[in-house]
Amino acid sequence: MQAWHFTETAYPYLPPSDQYESIRVNLPNRNYDPQKGAALYDRYIREWQIAEEEGVEIMLNEHHQTATCVDPAAPLVLAALARVTSKARLLILGNPIANRRQPVRVAEEMAMVDVLSHGRLEAGFVRGVPYEVLPANSNPMRMNERHWEALDLIVRAWTNHDGPFSHEGRYFHYRAVNIWPRPWQQPHPPVWVSTTSASGAARVGAHGFVQATFLTGYDGTKAVYESYRRGWREAGRGKDVPIDRLAYAALVYVGDTEAKGIAGAEKLLWYLTANKVPRHFATPPGYAGTSAAVAMMKASIGGGSPIGEHGNFGRPITVEEAMQRGLCFAGTPDQVYKQIKKFYDYVGGFGHLLIMGQAGFLEHEETALGIRTFAREVYPRLKAEYPATRLSGVFENAAAPAE
Amino acid sequence: MKREVISLAGVAVELFEDGDGAPLLFLHSGQGFNPDQPYVGLLAKRRRVIAPSHPGFGKSELPDWLDTCDDIAHIYLELMDRLGLAKVDLVGASIGGWIAAEIASKAPERLRKLVLVAPVGVKTGSVDKLDIPDIFAMPQEKVNELLFHDPAKAAVDFSKMSDEQLMIVARNRETLALLVWEPWMHNPKLKHRLHRVACPVLFLRGESDGLVTADYLARYARLMPNARIETVPKAGHAVQGEQPEAFAAKVHAFLDA
Repeated sequence: MQAWHFTETAYPYLPPSDQYESIRVNLPNRNYDPQKGAALYDRYIREWQIAEEEGVEIMLNEHHQTATCVDPAAPLVLAALARVTSKARLLILGNPIANRRQPVRVAEEMAMVDVLSHGRLEAGFVRGVPYEVLPANSNPMRMNERHWEALDLIVRAWTNHDGPFSHEGRYFHYRAVNIWPRPWQQPHPPVWVSTTSASGAARVGAHGFVQATFLTGYDGTKAVYESYRRGWREAGRGKDVPIDRLAYAALVYVGDTEAKGIAGAEKLLWYLTANKVPRHFATPPGYAGTSAAVAMMKASIGGGSPIGEHGNFGRPITVEEAMQRGLCFAGTPDQVYKQIKKFYDYVGGFGHLLIMGQAGFLEHEETALGIRTFAREVYPRLKAEYPATRLSGVFENAAAPAE
Repeated sequence: MKREVISLAGVAVELFEDGDGAPLLFLHSGQGFNPDQPYVGLLAKRRRVIAPSHPGFGKSELPDWLDTCDDIAHIYLELMDRLGLAKVDLVGASIGGWIAAEIASKAPERLRKLVLVAPVGVKTGSVDKLDIPDIFAMPQEKVNELLFHDPAKAAVDFSKMSDEQLMIVARNRETLALLVWEPWMHNPKLKHRLHRVACPVLFLRGESDGLVTADYLARYARLMPNARIETVPKAGHAVQGEQPEAFAAKVHAFLDA
């Protein structure tokens, strides 16, 4: 198993949440102090370096117009990381290509980072959360179609080495694509796609890309992985699905005592609870599909609160509940190892653990301690127990999690 | 009311028809077409009302190549050909008004008279302010305040709707977003194409319409040589919905004159 340290590079110094409508999209940037922001970038980059020093890989992501993730141009941070690290794999998860107008520019940025990092890029692509469509002025309809056309074009731009080619698709048009530099890794950097839906996962499986899923818990994750394997097999990629094709992202904090582990996880929960977003930003028409919209309309009957795809966000949750649902692994090294093992066996295995190891007000020293304790006390056991040679879809724990 | 599905440009389009008399082609707003609304019967009393559900609305198909009101205008030109409407009275509300204006810009000779009810579709205001407020960036209660003279009567009761009806409501909203998202609520070319629309044009606006302002309509009307504006009291954006009698009376009076 490979582990990745991940922070959303949040800017947590906000007024009380009852003083703003939304932490995303329309929170005025007068609330952002550039000097405090610079100090945060310094420490977040330092934490990624600590992860590398401890043998943990590096992951970052991209969001827009939000205090939850002040990384609206992730390839820039990726380029910086390429120069201040030397060993760790660099995963961007990812490029929101349904919202970016120039897929070839994305191909260029990724190829450049791959060369700058001497071949350490893991290139992830995401559809983007619903609150991203307004900042990008991106039509929430047909995002999947744009996503896949853009991804096919990017892979072609990376792998074509014989001078310009043309692309006249449904959404993107180019007459002469011939990127410089081309990627370091051949035929191209590993491609990751994140999706939390079963239908999306089947398509990722058909392409054989790495599938990442975020905070989908026990049964959601199991369903996503099953779809991935079905898509893989139906596309004729063979019966066996390598374990390194699947990734799971969770909040993880390891302490030397249970109390310290839980206390760290409490702070990580900021990521879920601070995400105050009104319904009109969270559910743009077309984003989740017609059936999901109907389900939300039905849920709203009688004043009920509609919970959409991102229903984990913006509501109170305890560490205990998050652990029960498989969103969070926290406690002593032994406890965390057992929690991950239980989850792994239930969902049929995964080759990458994407660790949200910093969020909100988890301070630098706490973050560094969490990374180090995980890397020294838990990671070696996971690597020994779950080598990359394993196959996906092996269920050793058929029992449902305790609810 | 007769309902059929016909194929236009390879797209299955739901078509309603009612009444006798000179043909009146009605193009619905972003809410979709509901044949049970009182204004439909009031128009059909004296007219042969022909009302398609736009592609992606009601039970009309949404082909993957279609994403603008301009595309729909082309489909309706074929509809006019198929129905033998050499010259027709055209009435459009909101985005239906936008589609009607697109049709008028392409084939002004095919229109006898044109009624635009709180139409969107052009951008005439300043760069730094939306001509039409962003209804997708505000709570539904706020949208209702802008849309209706009496928001209290606007509440849609989902509990009384079938799954099929709910699917249509959700799909109408999705298609609306597809059509109006960017550029927001307009076709930048349209205002440069309307000067050839020489037929009499009536703009109707509800006096409480918070979406389409009086200013916006005045600037819109100036793009066509033979247009005038009338205001309907105690009505919001959907004049035909909130004041069906006044709406029908004004439409009939204009078309009969």
